[in-house]
Amino acid sequence: MTAAAALAPARGGCADAPVLRERGQREVFCGLTGIVWLHRKIQDAFFLIVGSRTCAHLMQSAAGVMIFAEPRFATAIIDERDLAGLADANAELDRVVQQLLARRPDIRLLFLVGSCPSEVIKLDLSRAAERLNRQFAPGVRVLNYSGSGIETTFTQGEDACLAALVPELPAADETPRLLVVGALAEVVEDQFRRLFAAMGIEAVDFLPPRRSTALPPVGPGTRMLLAQPWLGETARLLESRGATHLPAPFPLGAEGTTLWLHAAARAFGVTPARFRDATALAESRAVRALAAHRASLAGKRVFLFPDSQIEIPLARTLARELGMRLIEVGTPYLHRGHLGPELDLLPEGTRLAEGQHVERQLDRCRADRPDITVCGLGLANPLEAEGFTTKWSIELVFTPIQGYDQAGDLAALFARPLDRRTRLAV
Amino acid sequence: MQLAVWTYEGPPHVGAMRVATAMERVHYVLHAPQGDTYADLLFTMIERREKRPPVTYTTFQARDLGSDTAELFRAALAEAQARFRPEAILVGASCTAELIQDDPGGLARTAGLDVPIVPLELPSYSKKENWGAAETFYQIVRAFAGPHAPPPGTERPARLADRRPRCNLLGPTALGFRHRDDVREITLLLARLGIDVHVVAPLGATPADIARLGEADFNVVLYPEIAGQAASWLARSFGQKATRTVPIGVGATRDFIAEVAALAGVDPVPVLDHETSRLPWYSRSVDSTYLTGKRVFVFGDATHAIAAARVAAEEMGFTVVGLGSYSRELAREVREAAKRHGVEALITDDYLAVEEAVAALQPELVLGTQMERHIAKKHGIPCAVISAPVHVQDFPARYSPVMGFEGANVLFDTLVHPLMMGLEEHLLAMFRDDFEFHDEAAPSHLGATAAAAPAASSPAVAAAAPVLEAAPVWAADAERELRKVPFFVRGKARRNTERYAAERGLAAITVETLYDAKAHYAR
Repeated sequence: MTAAAALAPARGGCADAPVLRERGQREVFCGLTGIVWLHRKIQDAFFLIVGSRTCAHLMQSAAGVMIFAEPRFATAIIDERDLAGLADANAELDRVVQQLLARRPDIRLLFLVGSCPSEVIKLDLSRAAERLNRQFAPGVRVLNYSGSGIETTFTQGEDACLAALVPELPAADETPRLLVVGALAEVVEDQFRRLFAAMGIEAVDFLPPRRSTALPPVGPGTRMLLAQPWLGETARLLESRGATHLPAPFPLGAEGTTLWLHAAARAFGVTPARFRDATALAESRAVRALAAHRASLAGKRVFLFPDSQIEIPLARTLARELGMRLIEVGTPYLHRGHLGPELDLLPEGTRLAEGQHVERQLDRCRADRPDITVCGLGLANPLEAEGFTTKWSIELVFTPIQGYDQAGDLAALFARPLDRRTRLAV
Repeated sequence: MQLAVWTYEGPPHVGAMRVATAMERVHYVLHAPQGDTYADLLFTMIERREKRPPVTYTTFQARDLGSDTAELFRAALAEAQARFRPEAILVGASCTAELIQDDPGGLARTAGLDVPIVPLELPSYSKKENWGAAETFYQIVRAFAGPHAPPPGTERPARLADRRPRCNLLGPTALGFRHRDDVREITLLLARLGIDVHVVAPLGATPADIARLGEADFNVVLYPEIAGQAASWLARSFGQKATRTVPIGVGATRDFIAEVAALAGVDPVPVLDHETSRLPWYSRSVDSTYLTGKRVFVFGDATHAIAAARVAAEEMGFTVVGLGSYSRELAREVREAAKRHGVEALITDDYLAVEEAVAALQPELVLGTQMERHIAKKHGIPCAVISAPVHVQDFPARYSPVMGFEGANVLFDTLVHPLMMGLEEHLLAMFRDDFEFHDEAAPSHLGATAAAAPAASSPAVAAAAPVLEAAPVWAADAERELRKVPFFVRGKARRNTERYAAERGLAAITVETLYDAKAHYAR
């Protein structure tokens, strides 16, 4: 498959397809949950949620099943006295930050993260961050963003966090540099860096960086590739600092990865021959890895509940590279600008849904009886108990699935639950 | 504001969910923003429940705040009623909805639905999960048993001679620590005494079952944190007495048998004479000698912590060096128990304070929650989990209650399992330098990967410890000698020696100082 051939839309695509817009109960996490991977990614950053006991409980329930190391996040739990007067709440916040920084002298970057309660009582965390910056500069930089459920859904928390970092980025001149935006596993970052180097693109930065002291520069020379589909606000702010967005599908599967890399290659004037030399080997490896799973996945009908916004790129990969049939593709939010190249590639007639009314969506799922259902942890076991095969959607955010050498892993995530069904005899 | 890394209890509406999810034919309409649905996964993933919790969340967003969040609540309520057709609807608010003051109770009352409504007022900024569960259960009991209460002052009629005595089992919920198996164990025990279980609540009860609570002769309160308030209301309204002993451990189970036998008017002797626990004999068996005086630190909810401390001291022969609980509501009971063990109770919901206490006490075994398991792992101390908050591992496939005689068997195994076997411990002391059988290996039955290298002292402890200007320095040979002290007491030996040296103003610690300190603290 060549990049040019792969660009052909699938039978018309879904660019103008109708979208089922629903509202009601949403079975999704709020933006605070992004902290679970962000605090591991930026290794000298600490995330202090200013919220309620519910926020703290969410973090340990969402994270508790997944990580066991000493976390670099905590909650400043608002209590009755803080509700009595905002002046006191601010003084209390300062005290908690002081206590925290005394405990963790290794912290260089502190995020104050807003929550539903802090937003509703209008506790101004940007002013708090300014105030605390004056106090703790230059040792610690204090930034703020909101991960509240009333404003953000799950991965939008990463968008808000990275958007808060954009004003901090040093200025770059007009020399072309590539900026890859969105948290990726370190192994994936290293692979991409090698591929770009093979194409002759050496000036490559990643946002977020592994350390807050190594923030990438941004300026009119910046060419920006989005590694994740949930970065609307971050991309907008980077563009306002001069960066140019390179539209592309997202780097899932062999085809998606090739198209994504190709967008950078075009922007940096890489010749087609050099692009092929750099990518052909890894691409063919990815195609082989996908082929190993195609037999068990082709023709299988898949239903995706909304979770992280990765659903549309994922559905495109499942349909085009693994031959799966899409029943419904739900997404919490559809960013048409960033997902345009993806929609072009989706099989025509795919049922797209934005937002959620979980009960009605479950009704549709039960009526459609898909072979595999992608959904959150609250729905998976109840659906399994009803006889549905499920794949936890959160694994698609927490597992390295981007790039050529993870394409097979991505397919395996879907093959395994089906395989399991056929093995179990009780 | 309180700085929290981990929290022992969730917010009070999660307590209400534990009650609603435990019951049948009940639905809970919760005014809450997007994201609060995370609580569903506690039940579907940790407890592996096959059904979603019966909860409808209104899911309001920032843009709704300016318009009509109350209307969103009304619509969610009507839809839940139409879809689920429950026998009762609980209504309430999570922390954020509490701030916008839509009054779900009032909205539900005026909605004109043909279903009983139980409004819940659960203050999120001052109360926590167990309080929320207790308050919810109490409100449900009042709402459905209340109408059947006799006029105040009515004497409770005596049980008819031809009817077997019967009691209610109160307190088990969804997501409870071994509640599922405790109910079965205690039901079997009561059956052997000739006592029937009338209603178990909230676990498995419908609103109609709650309405029948007053028909039982007395109440068995399995979990005072959850059922205490409802049981005292039932005592006032129906003249039903309630048990005070929680049957965890052999001694407490014996006391419990005597207590229920007296309440039911039956003879406890046949059951007491045929006790079915192996714990007393296993503890007397000579191989258990090595358990003697092991220093244990106990932390958990009040019920399980008090019970585990009693088992540790009276049934295993351990020494309780610390006892604490995050259940502030039952702080008095914990303090009384701590006094019996000769220690100061630690009443806190601050994980860091618990870690500090463990680090300072250097116990040989920690009995705690999943949080203490983390603390113990970090400090290289063996640990057994005896209390909520729970983890998927606390819902074993096998039958494993902690109450009754079988529960005592389970506790014996649970408390012994993390420890080094007696002879293994001695052999380690004799041959320290064997290349594969050395003292940093984990107990042989726990496998190679279980070896937990004690981490450097935690930031909490490091920050709290006073910086000694001239801390005594360990001479190389003393440091080598210290390595010969078994790892599970090495931390304590190091601290004691350093304290001994510091108190005497010694600049260096030699082999002699190490043994001087050992002799000093051995007194």
